[in-house]
Amino acid sequence: MSPRRAPAIDVRDLTVRYGDVLALDAATLVLGHGRVCGLVGMNGSGKSTLFKAVMGMVRPDRGTVLLDGAPPARARRAQAVGYVPQSEDVDWAFPLSVRDVVMTGRYGYQGPTRRARPADRAAVDHALDRVELTDLADRQIGALSGGQRKRAFVARGLAQGATILLLDEPFAGVDKRSEATISTLLRELAADGAAILVSTHDLHALPALADEAVLLQQRVLLHSTPDEVLRPENLALAFGLEITP
Amino acid sequence: MSPLDVIAEPLSFEFMRAALAVTLTAGIVCGVLSCWLVLVGWSLMGDAVSHAVLPGVVLAYVVGAPFALGALLFGLLAVTLIGAVRDTSRVKEDAAIGVVFTTLFALGLVLISVTPSQTDLNHILFGNLLGVSRTDLVQVLALGAVALGVVLLKRRDLTLFAFDPVHAHAIGLSPRRLGALLLGLLALTVVVALQAVGVVLVVALLITPGATAYLLTDRFARMLWISPLVAAACGTVGVFASYWLDTSTGGTVVLALGAAFALAYLFSPRHGLVATRIAGARRRRPARSPASAPSTT
Repeated sequence: MSPRRAPAIDVRDLTVRYGDVLALDAATLVLGHGRVCGLVGMNGSGKSTLFKAVMGMVRPDRGTVLLDGAPPARARRAQAVGYVPQSEDVDWAFPLSVRDVVMTGRYGYQGPTRRARPADRAAVDHALDRVELTDLADRQIGALSGGQRKRAFVARGLAQGATILLLDEPFAGVDKRSEATISTLLRELAADGAAILVSTHDLHALPALADEAVLLQQRVLLHSTPDEVLRPENLALAFGLEITP
Repeated sequence: MSPLDVIAEPLSFEFMRAALAVTLTAGIVCGVLSCWLVLVGWSLMGDAVSHAVLPGVVLAYVVGAPFALGALLFGLLAVTLIGAVRDTSRVKEDAAIGVVFTTLFALGLVLISVTPSQTDLNHILFGNLLGVSRTDLVQVLALGAVALGVVLLKRRDLTLFAFDPVHAHAIGLSPRRLGALLLGLLALTVVVALQAVGVVLVVALLITPGATAYLLTDRFARMLWISPLVAAACGTVGVFASYWLDTSTGGTVVLALGAAFALAYLFSPRHGLVATRIAGARRRRPARSPASAPSTT
């Protein structure tokens, strides 16, 4: 990695309002390649909005987002941005197989009709293998356990070759084995140079998984090591147990 | 009368052959599009667009323009208005749909009442399968082919739009454009099906086949076959049944669709009411004895 390489995620002074609601308030977050960052905050703290802003899905009222040193649209077209949605945001009864879902990670490389080429199939097979879902590839996605479902979406990001990976609560409702598989995989991806932003309620897993952590409450309250962020007095800041200075 | 005559006799009339051709085309095109409408949750939108084309059809009739052109324009107008009301006011989408389509439908009714010839009202509202002219037939076939071609070429993108628009956005596609494409196809398809079942019942062709197929399979690729097959089969049954029973053709077609849905709802092997009830009862009842002795191999 060249030291002059632009940061993977460069969010500066970002303010997003939904009508009267202030979702993000001058949030700044810079994340380099090869790093895993845990995003910690309550429901409604702006985590989802931050993800949306990074993907370029909300128009900020103020501030800028750069991905790999360029506007998000360029990174999206370069297939750099991978997203693993929250479970609640997925229609699990949708009639698609695990393989179908992972294949959608390849669409950006395909022609207008998204016809799969041998290289696409190979990438999908490889991704399924890495998340240990090869045997379940032809199952309907809803017929998987919570952890397997998450791994399926991580596999989609793998097949896509995403270098900026955003995961919204990947450990919610996930068994220990899947959690370990996902964590190991994310560490491997980071070692290969990916930048990974993970929002999580699973604070225990954070030190093993993440290189750094961000405490979010509309503003970035703290951006430091996971251990520092997880100190009780710091968590109290984000989870509403205000300690007056 | 031999059993063959049940089919052969109606087909000896040209108007019945044309009726069957229109029904099959409408069934197949609607059946295919239906898969996405059901999965995206746009049934109400289908209902809205199909009603909102009425003033377009009447105006086209008045000025002597092709039926389809007026319907398409008003279908797109309805979609645009719904989107505008939803996005620029605090009114939610279902209310926006309700206001826009009933207003446009009412405009259609008023226009009909001031146009000299009122004989066609029933045809527009309930379809006119037995009066399909050669031009109508050509128009339906051509528009049907266009709609089907586009939808099949873009089927994977449309499915991704239905399943995960956020991912579509993340990989550089435009969910907004895909949504617009689906709406455009919806307007086009409504026009195709108008002749067959009319404004009021088009929505049945747009929803029931996809909903039936969704009950029968967990694979989207299979849904794409089952849904148009169900629609075409019910269309055929409806056309012949209406001939022999001397009933409303569009009405009979839609009744056949409803019957097919009811069968799938009750007896689908995995998602039918009977199967899920039996499975539920099995789960609740503790296994008193193993169903069969474990076999040693």
